[in-house]
Amino acid sequence: MLRDRGHQTSRLLRLILRRDRVRIAIWLVGITLLTVVVASAYTELASTEQERQVMAETMRNPAMTAMLGPGYGLDDYTIGAMMGHQMLLFTALAVAIMCIFLVARHTRGDEEYGRIEMLRSLPVGRLSNLSATGLVLLGSCLLIMLMVGISLSALGIESLDWSGSLLYGAALAATGLFFGAVTALFAQLAETTRGTVGWSVALLLLAYLIRAIGDVGNEVIAWLSPLGWIVRSQVYVNNYWNPVFLTALAASMVFAFALYLHSIRDLEAGFIPARPGRRSASRFLQTPLGLAVRLQRTALIAWAVGLFVLGASYGSVLGDLEVYLETMDLIQLMLPAVEGFSLTEQFLPMLFSVISIVSTIPVLLMLLKLNAEENLNRTELLLARSVSRNRLMSSYFGIALVVSMVVQLLAVLGMWSAGVAVMEDPMAFETIFNAGIVYLPAIWVMMGIAVLLIGFVPRWAGGIWLYLGYSFLVVYIGELLQIPQWMANLSPFGHIPKIPIEDFSWPIFLVLTLLAVGFVVAGFMGYGRRDIQG
Amino acid sequence: MNVIQVEKLSKTFGHVTALDGVDLKVQAGEVYGYIGPNGAGKTTTIRVLLGILKASAGSAKVLGQDAWTDAVDIHRRIAYVPGEVNLWPDLTGGEVIDLFLKLRGSDNRNRREELLQRFDLDPRKKCGTYSKGNRQKVALVAAFASDADLYILDEPSSGLDPLLEKVFQDCVREVKEEGKSVFLSSHILSEVERLCDKVSIIRQGKIIETGTLSELRHLTRISVGVQTRVPIVGLHDVSGVHDIQKEGDWVSIQVDTERLPDVMKHLSQFEILRLESGPPTLEDLFLRHYRSTGGAS
Ligand SMILES: Nc1ncnc2c1ncn2[C@@H]1O[C@H](COP(=O)(O)OP(=O)(O)OP(=O)(O)O)[C@@H](O)[C@H]1O
Ligand SMILES: [Mg+2]
Repeated sequence: MLRDRGHQTSRLLRLILRRDRVRIAIWLVGITLLTVVVASAYTELASTEQERQVMAETMRNPAMTAMLGPGYGLDDYTIGAMMGHQMLLFTALAVAIMCIFLVARHTRGDEEYGRIEMLRSLPVGRLSNLSATGLVLLGSCLLIMLMVGISLSALGIESLDWSGSLLYGAALAATGLFFGAVTALFAQLAETTRGTVGWSVALLLLAYLIRAIGDVGNEVIAWLSPLGWIVRSQVYVNNYWNPVFLTALAASMVFAFALYLHSIRDLEAGFIPARPGRRSASRFLQTPLGLAVRLQRTALIAWAVGLFVLGASYGSVLGDLEVYLETMDLIQLMLPAVEGFSLTEQFLPMLFSVISIVSTIPVLLMLLKLNAEENLNRTELLLARSVSRNRLMSSYFGIALVVSMVVQLLAVLGMWSAGVAVMEDPMAFETIFNAGIVYLPAIWVMMGIAVLLIGFVPRWAGGIWLYLGYSFLVVYIGELLQIPQWMANLSPFGHIPKIPIEDFSWPIFLVLTLLAVGFVVAGFMGYGRRDIQG
Repeated sequence: MNVIQVEKLSKTFGHVTALDGVDLKVQAGEVYGYIGPNGAGKTTTIRVLLGILKASAGSAKVLGQDAWTDAVDIHRRIAYVPGEVNLWPDLTGGEVIDLFLKLRGSDNRNRREELLQRFDLDPRKKCGTYSKGNRQKVALVAAFASDADLYILDEPSSGLDPLLEKVFQDCVREVKEEGKSVFLSSHILSEVERLCDKVSIIRQGKIIETGTLSELRHLTRISVGVQTRVPIVGLHDVSGVHDIQKEGDWVSIQVDTERLPDVMKHLSQFEILRLESGPPTLEDLFLRHYRSTGGAS
């Protein structure tokens, strides 16, 4: 009977591969390419010893530690040390997100859409689908390990040796396994795919935050987060394998627990029980606007809290940053003080470029929900009543607009309040406010493009995530690698003035905002005219 | 042997009691109808039989084995069609049918082709583009192309047009002729009357009637309309007479099937001029039971 539980796993595995071979291949190749491109860029950027040492000094900065993990090998900062310190964590985040989507799609996703029911009525074991998904996860992660590991060592860069490259790949793989396993667990707990992905991504962000706080403040706290383990493998310098083994072990334990929960629960049920709802709609729910808010309520609250915490955790670094900058002569030389601004203030734009991109996520989620509802044939329920398409779309758009301002403001508030608490000479609220709010037009452009896509090519609306990913790469890696300006300019975020070092610019504000308005208007027109799928 | 044997089966979801002491016995070779209003617990029963829901109390045996622990073994010998078929949008209908057949381990190409023709299904289209009825057809082809001992069908013909519904009924009759058993939940009473040997009616998680069709017909009422020379009196005192309505000298009544002889004897005293009677249907029984639900649970 035990054997029966995994009956036909291999056939289900083939089914998953049949459906996802292209998707998985794109992810794997994308991640490998990104890694290889960055590694070769480093060799050009920091070809001399001096250049590398200058970079090493900037890495001692607590803000960098918060973003990237603790620096290591800084006394002899090789290309390998640079890769391990500056790229490993963020590549691991990308792998984690890939694994979260992969697992959620084939577990709760298929189950929620009623596809597993048909499979389970056939001689297929109770655990077969989850096991098959786990095997695909394992296979994908092993492939990442090999592809990244082999291509990094094949670059022939002196410090990128074979064993370090393999560990680099293994660290990525272990992170992917862990968060894939976590997703498998949440797929047992939550009843919906959205819930599964939402909880898993929330845990990923939490792991990142805990690691940031721990890396800057207290080592013990950092050990609470698997991402904290990964960055302690000190790839290419000391090559500690144990953190990677630990992560893989934790992943298998989490996955085993998911298997256990799966074996004892009803199909299509979750362990986080759905509460009984209200008998009749509140007055609030009786409009499309109210419905849109109601559907996203929990997610919106979670994101609002999350951005406040993200702002606060970056803000809490400001105190250390202040102390650090006072003691460092070298960096003072590198970053000649801009008249009238403290050095801490000069780090604000970098922090906010990352925060703003995270703020864009809930905004886009809100807009794309309209698309998701259409795919589930639920917009026709509204449109068949006396609700116009304009009214429907403007409900979602209006909320997204409010969300964009609220979350950005909350991040500002978080950073300011944490900053006040830890800094001897706190920054003016106005400075932080301006540095954060100046990013709004870039967020609006992203919204505009999303509306445009929903209006004309709804099938490709998800492509906005690729664009957001690209924007993240250019603002984040651009900061480290000094990529060509035209690449940064392809993203609206690349145009935003670096307040307070640079001045606010009306032309940029107006151009971006008008662009956003134009996209939105066109998108509304397209939505009014095209076929609605359901 | 009973192909399905359910005893005192209960299933609760949190505070909701979906099944409350259900007993069912389906014998080999029977076509068994399972009817009841929306939300009565039909789908829940079937999902317990399939071992994808775990019974809260009681036992469910299919083909002599426990529905939960021996699910995989049982599933080698049954075929299932759900009321709402959801498929992978990126696979074609043909791919899905093959997948299901391979998973069962039976691979009867001829039968598959024949059924594709009979159900008029284009197997090359992606499931994402199928209509509701077409997705239903995919599940039906996969089910009838497999060589099962027991067919469990949950409102299988919802979404089929009348022509295809006839094809479906033919398929059920064919498997019955081969000695297979069928457990069929349905809202279409004419379908149940045409196909089923035995019927159970479930309401609010409890079985309220079980019997062969003729036994159940016995429980139904016949509608009788009558015109007489002499005005009828004393009808109220005759047992088994319900819903007396008078329009001029036309009287229509509902009569319990087993009281019909007595009622006719009474009526004949008044010199019958014209007499009409409607056949006893399940629908009457059905409506009677459904109405007395007294609103939602
Ligand atoms: N997962 C669940 N959680 C809570 N309640 C449930 C769940 N599944 C079913 N129910 C409840 O159990 C009862 C029986 O549902 P079931 O789906 O079996 O009805 P049904 O007879 O198949 O109805 P229909 O004719 O509409 O298909 C209903 O009241 C339903 O709300
Ligand atoms: Mg049902």
